[in-house]
Amino acid sequence: MKLENLTFKGGVNVPHYKELTEGLSIEKAKEPEIVYIPLHQHTGAPCEPIVKVGDSVKVGQKIGQSEAFVSAPVHSSVSGVVKSIENMPTPTAQNVKCVVIESDGKNELHESVKPKGDLENLTQKEILEIIKEAGITGMGGAGFPAHVKLSPPQDKKIDTILINGAECEPYITADHRIMVEYPEKIVFGLKAIMKSVGVDRGIIGIEKNKPDAILAIKEAIKNKPNIQVATLKVKYPQGDEKRLINAILGRVVPSGGLPMDVGTIVCNVSTTKAIAEAVLEGKPLYERVVTVTGKGVKEPKNLLVKIGTPFKDLIEQCGGFAATPGKIISGGPMMGISQYTMDVPIIKGTNAILVMTEEEAKPEKVYPCIKCGKCLEVCPVRLQPLYVGGYAIKKNFDKAEAYNALDCVECGACSYICPAKRPLAESIRLAKREIIAKRKSK
Amino acid sequence: MDGKVVDTSKAYEVALENELLVTSSPHIRSGETVQRIMLDVIIALTPAIIGSVYFFGINALKLILISVASSVFFEALIQKMLKKPITIDDLSAVITGILLAFNLPASAPWWLPIMGSAFAIIVVKQLFGGLGSNFMNPALAGRAMLLTSWPAHMSTFTGTRPDVVATATPLAIMKYGMSPDGAASATASATTSATIEAVTSATSAQGAELPELIDMFIGNIPGAIGETSALLLLIGAAYLIIRKVIDWKIPVFYIATTFVCLVLFGVESEFLPYHILGGGLILGAFYMATDYASSPVTPIGRIVFAIGAGFLTALIRVKGGYPEGVSYSILLMNVATPLIEKFTKPRVFGGAK
Repeated sequence: MKLENLTFKGGVNVPHYKELTEGLSIEKAKEPEIVYIPLHQHTGAPCEPIVKVGDSVKVGQKIGQSEAFVSAPVHSSVSGVVKSIENMPTPTAQNVKCVVIESDGKNELHESVKPKGDLENLTQKEILEIIKEAGITGMGGAGFPAHVKLSPPQDKKIDTILINGAECEPYITADHRIMVEYPEKIVFGLKAIMKSVGVDRGIIGIEKNKPDAILAIKEAIKNKPNIQVATLKVKYPQGDEKRLINAILGRVVPSGGLPMDVGTIVCNVSTTKAIAEAVLEGKPLYERVVTVTGKGVKEPKNLLVKIGTPFKDLIEQCGGFAATPGKIISGGPMMGISQYTMDVPIIKGTNAILVMTEEEAKPEKVYPCIKCGKCLEVCPVRLQPLYVGGYAIKKNFDKAEAYNALDCVECGACSYICPAKRPLAESIRLAKREIIAKRKSK
Repeated sequence: MDGKVVDTSKAYEVALENELLVTSSPHIRSGETVQRIMLDVIIALTPAIIGSVYFFGINALKLILISVASSVFFEALIQKMLKKPITIDDLSAVITGILLAFNLPASAPWWLPIMGSAFAIIVVKQLFGGLGSNFMNPALAGRAMLLTSWPAHMSTFTGTRPDVVATATPLAIMKYGMSPDGAASATASATTSATIEAVTSATSAQGAELPELIDMFIGNIPGAIGETSALLLLIGAAYLIIRKVIDWKIPVFYIATTFVCLVLFGVESEFLPYHILGGGLILGAFYMATDYASSPVTPIGRIVFAIGAGFLTALIRVKGGYPEGVSYSILLMNVATPLIEKFTKPRVFGGAK
């Protein structure tokens, strides 16, 4: 089967803006003096601190964990002393308990950080345990703990692992650079994932606007017949996992279902690299590649950043602001979260910091809906965003639910295309929150 | 630097003043705008505007200008009176003005487009909520109102230049001119406006001959000023389809259905091309039936809408009292649009049947 030029129905062409950083090698970010490590960076139960104020910690030392299955431990990214444990804002939440560590600049590795042995000799269970202990979570989106994702229930037969290298969000080039610079780690990580789930077919999906990444990965999978590369048409939101599954495998994840319902599991490129490093080096997830970009920064860069480094430090390292900033976004322009302060730390799921200038951030005037129907054309889920959003704005959430609001993946394609500049995705997001809250309160 | 949380829908009113703006994603927008879409429609209509002046003379231009000016004026006036924001800059009133004028005969008096645009803009468009909320195509509703109120003015068609004299449209010739008692049968019960229109058409259709097909295609035939040139309308339509302003499915299914139904109703094959090229079918299918607000947004709904309009057009032409039927077909389907949308909701990705 030829896996070339694949795509899905719907979607929209968005400008890439990737030229700012796609050709720049990953640089190590400057050592942070202080890191703020949130104890809740993932979907699931928050961690409890296992260090006290005044404790000395080393790089890779576990500092927080939870008894819950759906959770992921957190580790120190520096060596130094715990200064405080306090509630702080993070890129995704208002108030999260964070371990504040002052670095001693020595970067001493904790003794637990050591190679875990040959992949050949590790059992399925051992690999999952390594992934769990390394605190690995999905690094492209919701931050779902990887070991949970890789432990599907017995009755879900998985036949293929997909690696998501679409990186369809404009501006972001972190996964792109990782594929170009560490292709063998991606392939190794994929092999580890395949072994942990007991699957012998793996496919790495990459959008065609990254020819160098496709080339590098193809080179790395030579003589590995059970791993393939799938090239994907450049269209947003190709990187949404259900779109990826549909494009590559032709399967349809049922509404409200998960990839495992159609026999597959999707992992993002950064996550796969982290899994490779967890097995090869015993390295927990305490640093990640972040694209710092946008017209608002002087020198956009791809940086290898320690978890807990404040946004402010990284923007400074990129030469500071190029113009008055209007928005600082954690993530890309389509799905990223705009921040109200630069004091938030990088977390496991932060793939980019996007600085938009005041000019770019200025919202456009909103007009009444003209019923052009463009939002239906681009919606990858085939919703009628004009009606779902329309009912949401009128606070008629029951009606929004009847129009399948909960199926919305919040990709933002409808708002992007809307000629009347209506806040469609924004209002549907609101409706989803209200509907879910109402269900929970019942 | 501190941030500020603002209501996304009102965010454009907020000055940033050196603060970070916090809104829900997405944070970028496409270059598509309402004005651009409306401007595209105006661009697409331009060849037909020029053609109408070429074929019907300066009176056509006069009618178009009066119609556009009064549409824009009434939009601003009613919005001012209702204390709503004035939105004439969205250019939609200009289009209503052009389309309304396109439906008038070149001989129409100067006040006719003013009456028509007042009804179209004030009653049909603005009183129902303005752009995007009108349940009928305003220009067509305006035309229907004029036809009901001043049937004689609306159906006295003139030929093209140089001999601009009262004459019959090809469809009127087919409907009334072919039988010796056409006018008589139409006159028989001339009490309603519909029959007055029929009599007017039928009288001039007596003994007239059908024009050459090539003249029908180019537009060198009697008819409403903007509907006669299939060629010029199609050039504009191609532009709109390429620019993705209109969905090709509506006009294509509309015209195809009209054709098929006419065949099924037993219309002889030599008359079929006249039916397709005449009677405003091209204008209606590409420029009126595709009106966003009054046609369905669902993909299947658009096809149902187009098939319905095609069927009704053929039915009115063959069995009904009017020679053309495009306007009423579209208006009827406009009214059915909410129902069509309800029954053609797309199945969500991965959703149950």
